[in-house]
Amino acid sequence: MEEVIVSIRGAEKTYGKQIVLKDISLDIKRGEIFGLLGPSGAGKTTLVKLLVGLDTPTSGETYLFGQRMPCLKLAGRIGYMAQSDALYTELSSRENLEFFASLYGLKGGQRRRRIEEVAELVGLSSSMDKIVAQFSGGMKRRLSLAAALLHEPELLILDEPTVGIDPVLRQQIWSAFYQLQQQGTSLIVTTHVMDEAEKCSRLALLRDGSMIAAGTPEELKRETASNTMEEAFLYYGGARP
Amino acid sequence: MRIAALVLRILRQFIRDKRTMALMLAAPLLILTLVDLVFNGENYVPNIGLVSIPTTIEDKMLKEGAHIQKYGSEKDAVNDLEQQNLDGYLLFQPGRSGKLVLEGSDPAINGVVMKWSQDALKPLQPSNIKQKLKIAYFHGKEELRQFDYFGPVLLGFFAFFFVFLVAGISFLRERTTGTLGRLMASPLRRWEIVAGYVIGFGIFTMLQAVIIALYAIYVLDMAMYGAFGYVLLITLLLSLSALTLGILLSAFAQNEFQMMQFIPIVIVPQLFFSGLFNLETISEWLRWIGLATPLYYGAEALRDVMVRGNGWDEIYGDILILAGFSALFISLNIIALKKYRKA
Ligand SMILES: Nc1ncnc2c1ncn2[C@@H]1O[C@H](COP(=O)(O)OP(=O)(O)O)[C@@H](O)[C@H]1O
Ligand SMILES: [Mg+2]
Repeated sequence: MEEVIVSIRGAEKTYGKQIVLKDISLDIKRGEIFGLLGPSGAGKTTLVKLLVGLDTPTSGETYLFGQRMPCLKLAGRIGYMAQSDALYTELSSRENLEFFASLYGLKGGQRRRRIEEVAELVGLSSSMDKIVAQFSGGMKRRLSLAAALLHEPELLILDEPTVGIDPVLRQQIWSAFYQLQQQGTSLIVTTHVMDEAEKCSRLALLRDGSMIAAGTPEELKRETASNTMEEAFLYYGGARP
Repeated sequence: MRIAALVLRILRQFIRDKRTMALMLAAPLLILTLVDLVFNGENYVPNIGLVSIPTTIEDKMLKEGAHIQKYGSEKDAVNDLEQQNLDGYLLFQPGRSGKLVLEGSDPAINGVVMKWSQDALKPLQPSNIKQKLKIAYFHGKEELRQFDYFGPVLLGFFAFFFVFLVAGISFLRERTTGTLGRLMASPLRRWEIVAGYVIGFGIFTMLQAVIIALYAIYVLDMAMYGAFGYVLLITLLLSLSALTLGILLSAFAQNEFQMMQFIPIVIVPQLFFSGLFNLETISEWLRWIGLATPLYYGAEALRDVMVRGNGWDEIYGDILILAGFSALFISLNIIALKKYRKA
């Protein structure tokens, strides 16, 4: 029996007249890499913000670890990486990581050790004393990811973590995800790249704020008699018979 | 501790951003110096007449390089004053306190003459010079040295202006770069964010206040009859209100340029109502605006301490109001942050 750690119940979100999320209901289990797949503007970021507690649904509820969000007490158990790189560009990568680690109560030797570990994991060990303003887009993305991993959260919520990262590094980052999964971490990853969707344990397809399908990549392809995720997506979107 | 981490980060950012640091520390000094030069005419050496004056004062003035002229009777001195050969004269009569008569038509020159005279009298009467030396005006009416009068306002204004702008822009960046959202997703509490900003900027502001005040008083020779500690306290409280107001208003700006747009709306009007111009001349129905601005109270308290030499009893009301402004803005900030995280 797998434990449900994220539960979204009939979540709706509207901005003024625009409906951005329509009646989303979804369960995510411990140890999964759960993908949120959808084109730009589908509502992935909005959904992620509801999960992290940075926004509240207009109606419906979201629960993390059985607690209704937003809930400050849970913040320490979640690692969040926003779609935009939320970094202090005047500071070095080490200083950025030191700051974020301290927010989660890491100090002294433990903090130093964790900073080394996450830097290694995202391949930034040699750029730790460089000022972030001089970083490439991909490096910033990886530093954001490292910041989300610092406090060894049970649940990682990552908004487009591999955008702007070259294929080799993307491969490395995905193996890091699998490694984390093996250690018992659950991950929620948004993406608009179809081939990344194949790497998820399960995923939900979002389009125009509606969840058009959910399941394992194999299930989704089997149900729609598709060879690729892309074909499956087109089928659910009504663009393919 | 989380607040300490935030404070450290803010200080590190400051140290990296040399230009902003220079703006906050050097720009006020530069502008104060310019104002001082324009209004004081420090280089002007006044012509001072001396009527039955102790030789000690005469020696002191000569040593300082003043142009002095000795008179046997006051009548001769008055005559020269009328001819504008003198800018003023000092008169000592036995058994009565000294008198300084100023030509009076040019406030800048009045200021210079007063300063020269007071400096010369200092060794004789270390305290209460103001009370001892009676000042009379030949032309015009009594008027303080201009720079002394609005110097304290400018001191408060710079503390307010630069802190408002820099703190507001810092917080705006925090919001637009998404780091604020990142903080909100961490266990950091809303009040801790505000506290971190207040302390981080507070440390820097303290440094700024000390430098500006020391420079104004010791280099520019701005009038200073009260306690330096009070000047610092007032400046610090004024900066605190600027900091918290800046952070609050940054929520209504989308970018740095829109933050700048608050200068004519929020900052400049405060200057007008803070006593730089005589409030009596402002229409009755507009005067209340001054009462709603922190700078009004800050400037009033600074003038109380610096020009009037007053102490705690006269300034505590202004200090309480300034603290009240900060407390109000801090609470509003904590509430406003709810927009980013409901819990
Ligand atoms: N704060 C907001 N105010 C108004 N509309 C918004 C806001 N945030 C997002 N939207 C709208 O919601 C829709 C979904 O956006 P988003 O969740 O960012 O999509 P995605 O992350 O899938 O690209 C978009 O049409 C976007 O314009
Ligand atoms: Mg998005």
